[in-house]
Amino acid sequence: MAFSVNFPLFSIVLCLLCAVVSSLLPSKAARAVSIALCAALAAGAACLASYGVSVGKATEYLMGHYPHPWGNELRFGVLEPLLVSVFAVVMLLCLIGGKRYLAADLDPEKSNLYYVMCDLVLVSLTALSYTNDLFTGYVFIEICTIASCGILMIRQLGRTTLASVRYMIFSLIGSGLFLLGLILLYAVTGHLLMPNVKESVAALWAEGRYRTVLLMSMALITVGLGVKSGLFPFHFWMPDTYGYATPSSGGILSGLVSKGYILLLIRIVYGAFGTDIFYRSGISNVLFVFGACGVIVGSISAAREKDVSRMVAYSSAAQIGYIYLGIGLSPGMGVLASLFHILTHALTKPLLFLSAAELASCAGSRQRAVWRGAGHINRVAGFAFSVGAFSMIGIPLTMGFVSKYRFALAAFERPLLMIPTLIVLAVSTVLNGLYFIRVVVAIYLPPERRTDRVRITDHPAYAVCAIAFTAMNLAAGIAALPIVRLLESSLTLL
Amino acid sequence: MENFWQQLWNARIAVAAMTLFAVGFVTLLLHRNLLKKIIGLNIMETAAYLLLTSLGFIEGRLSPIVLGENTDPLLYVNPLPAGLVLTGIVVSVSVTAVMLALTVRLYARYHSLNLDDIYAMAQREHGVN
Amino acid sequence: MKRKKSIKERLREWDADAFDLTERTAGPMHPAPAAPEEEKPEEPPAPERETRLGSRALRILYSVLAALFGTVMLSFLLATASELPPYGAAENPVHNAVSERYIRDGMRETGAVNIVAGVILDYRAFDTLGESHVLFTALTAVLILLLGEGVHRESTGQIRMQQDRIVTNTASVLTPIIILFGVYGILTGHLGPGGGFSGGSIVGAGLILHSVAFGYDRLGRYLNIKTFRIVCFAALAFYSLSKCYSFFCGANGLHTVFSPGVPGRILSAGLILPLNIAVGVVVACTMYGLFSVFQRGKI
Repeated sequence: MAFSVNFPLFSIVLCLLCAVVSSLLPSKAARAVSIALCAALAAGAACLASYGVSVGKATEYLMGHYPHPWGNELRFGVLEPLLVSVFAVVMLLCLIGGKRYLAADLDPEKSNLYYVMCDLVLVSLTALSYTNDLFTGYVFIEICTIASCGILMIRQLGRTTLASVRYMIFSLIGSGLFLLGLILLYAVTGHLLMPNVKESVAALWAEGRYRTVLLMSMALITVGLGVKSGLFPFHFWMPDTYGYATPSSGGILSGLVSKGYILLLIRIVYGAFGTDIFYRSGISNVLFVFGACGVIVGSISAAREKDVSRMVAYSSAAQIGYIYLGIGLSPGMGVLASLFHILTHALTKPLLFLSAAELASCAGSRQRAVWRGAGHINRVAGFAFSVGAFSMIGIPLTMGFVSKYRFALAAFERPLLMIPTLIVLAVSTVLNGLYFIRVVVAIYLPPERRTDRVRITDHPAYAVCAIAFTAMNLAAGIAALPIVRLLESSLTLL
Repeated sequence: MENFWQQLWNARIAVAAMTLFAVGFVTLLLHRNLLKKIIGLNIMETAAYLLLTSLGFIEGRLSPIVLGENTDPLLYVNPLPAGLVLTGIVVSVSVTAVMLALTVRLYARYHSLNLDDIYAMAQREHGVN
Repeated sequence: MKRKKSIKERLREWDADAFDLTERTAGPMHPAPAAPEEEKPEEPPAPERETRLGSRALRILYSVLAALFGTVMLSFLLATASELPPYGAAENPVHNAVSERYIRDGMRETGAVNIVAGVILDYRAFDTLGESHVLFTALTAVLILLLGEGVHRESTGQIRMQQDRIVTNTASVLTPIIILFGVYGILTGHLGPGGGFSGGSIVGAGLILHSVAFGYDRLGRYLNIKTFRIVCFAALAFYSLSKCYSFFCGANGLHTVFSPGVPGRILSAGLILPLNIAVGVVVACTMYGLFSVFQRGKI
């Protein structure tokens, strides 16, 4: 067993320690600790992913001296460390890119607490990705809920506090449902560790015992995680939450936190319910329907919106809809498309939020109406926003194109769902085109008044972050095949 | 009929827990008053813990604290649900504290606990932001 | 002549909503932004609610729908409840090999007489590690929200409490007993009922009683925000590091230096006693801290 299998344990403990230490440090040091932590986590997880590829099987890592079903465990193949690494990189770039706004939005006395919360978000994402135990999942879901609410409400405007309350309420509804589902599952299987749960569920399903309880618990867990990540009928908190948070937090919340819940759902579907039973139970079809509705409703709401940050936030609702649509489609290709879309969205949304904030500060407002010519004033932000917008529309050479292509491919596997999927894809692409291209066109129209151009060197932190995000997006969009292959092979290890 | 009452008696705790859960859930989701929402949240979580605790109980057995050297599994109730509930209670206390703090902040700013009123007032100051 | 518009002009028109598809179909959903403050004088909240929820009819509809939704949900949940294994039966699926091993081998493997303590601090210690950090997270979130906000002086009710002979005399008798009982609970958590969480909250309650009866000044000499943070840091860091060591040894098949000892002794059960102390400290601090921050915006 290679030494790198210890990295998940070390990264979780390191995050917890950093969070606790940061509460004692001044804000600058806390910021440095957070950034270093993200970098270390990304590097460790990348090592672990390459180890996973070379071994070709998933590792079960005991948290203590007792194997399942007695003690807690972690479990990781390729997918989990890969996503953790992406999460850490995105968080790093968010923290770097939003530096200017963090300085403005945070109360200087409390700004170290922001980084404490960031560390805690990171630890919960890591633990949610690695855990092999459902109840540990619940505990870290709650840490994630409180910590993400923390990075939201640290900007102490009335509107942001209100947004935090609504976010918190929906999150708590989601975790309440998840908890009840978990208890029901435990009541009939007697296990909490995913491999054992899977065995018992398969046995009970074959015997036909406790059918209602099993269905109910699957439904509750799925709906709970769906509510927390903003699936269609419960997406109303999104525009306020993402739109009024400080841009770094908006990026982290939309790009990472919701993805952590979705990843946990995928792992539970594969590891605890078993794909056979989950896709035979009909819950996947419900997910498909709600996902499709989410895509359409999110896109229409975004098209109505005049405030660009809120528009980008509504577009998140549509992207979450895509991901659930893929999960609902089929266990192989559909989930693969969803995983790729998770990557796309995680790399695109933070870029859009940060660039929108940057352009808004050039234009003086977040209303689209006054953005005319902002792309000439701040060229980096204009370019980055355009790339992000193209990726969300699904224009070739960007990641968004690849994920839409994978969704279309996955649709062909399910003849019955093929036509609706393609219609949803087409309609939402047109709507996305409408509202994103409008903004892109507006920022490249000749400006109405002459303003000094913003140079790259004026905001180097943002420039670094924007260039890194755009480069990753274009690289992954052009050379998508290896990534898709990697995800495909990692799905077999789940 | 006899069978039905027997079944209901067997499921008495589960029925109570589910009823409380539904009450709490609906209060949390649909009530407009923030404090009542928090009360609903607590009812909901407590109901879930009630169900979880009831799972561990076995008729006529002792609490899982070893008596002397006697570690016969047939003597004690299941210790695992108790441990899980302990974890859960701490989580629910933390969440309640955060919700209450948010409520205090909102009340200090808007002098109202009704979410609709607060929303309307926040909409009005939207221009400032 | 007129038809020959340049592309740039057309784009400008589009940008200015001249041929907008979406917004016309959408209708006035969102109110116009940025109405100047003086145009909208302070209104009583009641009419505002009317605009939000429409009319009385809509509000009645809302409650009817809420009741309907609740009934549907309840019926689903009750259908599930009727199928659950019967309450209190020994042959339920939860009473399987997992709990059997906890009971049969728990004392030998963890050294704890209280099997629940052994389960949460040894078999499933990772959960509990997360759990104590949930408390820390919540406290940090409350500090973000309320530190330096709210009422800075003590409320009149508080001052009246401090002048009340009954309160102060009872508190002066009870506080030491309560705190002693809590400490006893923490220290014997591995031997019987008690443990870090319950003992810690009893100690926290004692601290709160003391501060209600005698004000914050006397406690504040020992428990200001700085000592508070350092104590929390020390306890949580000890917890994380020692558990990291024990997880690392467990996963790599190494032996730890902690041994279960002789079950029943106060110094036994390996890490469980120190972890109970750490948890107890964190819980007591968090309880008192939350009370103090809620009441006066500082610790």
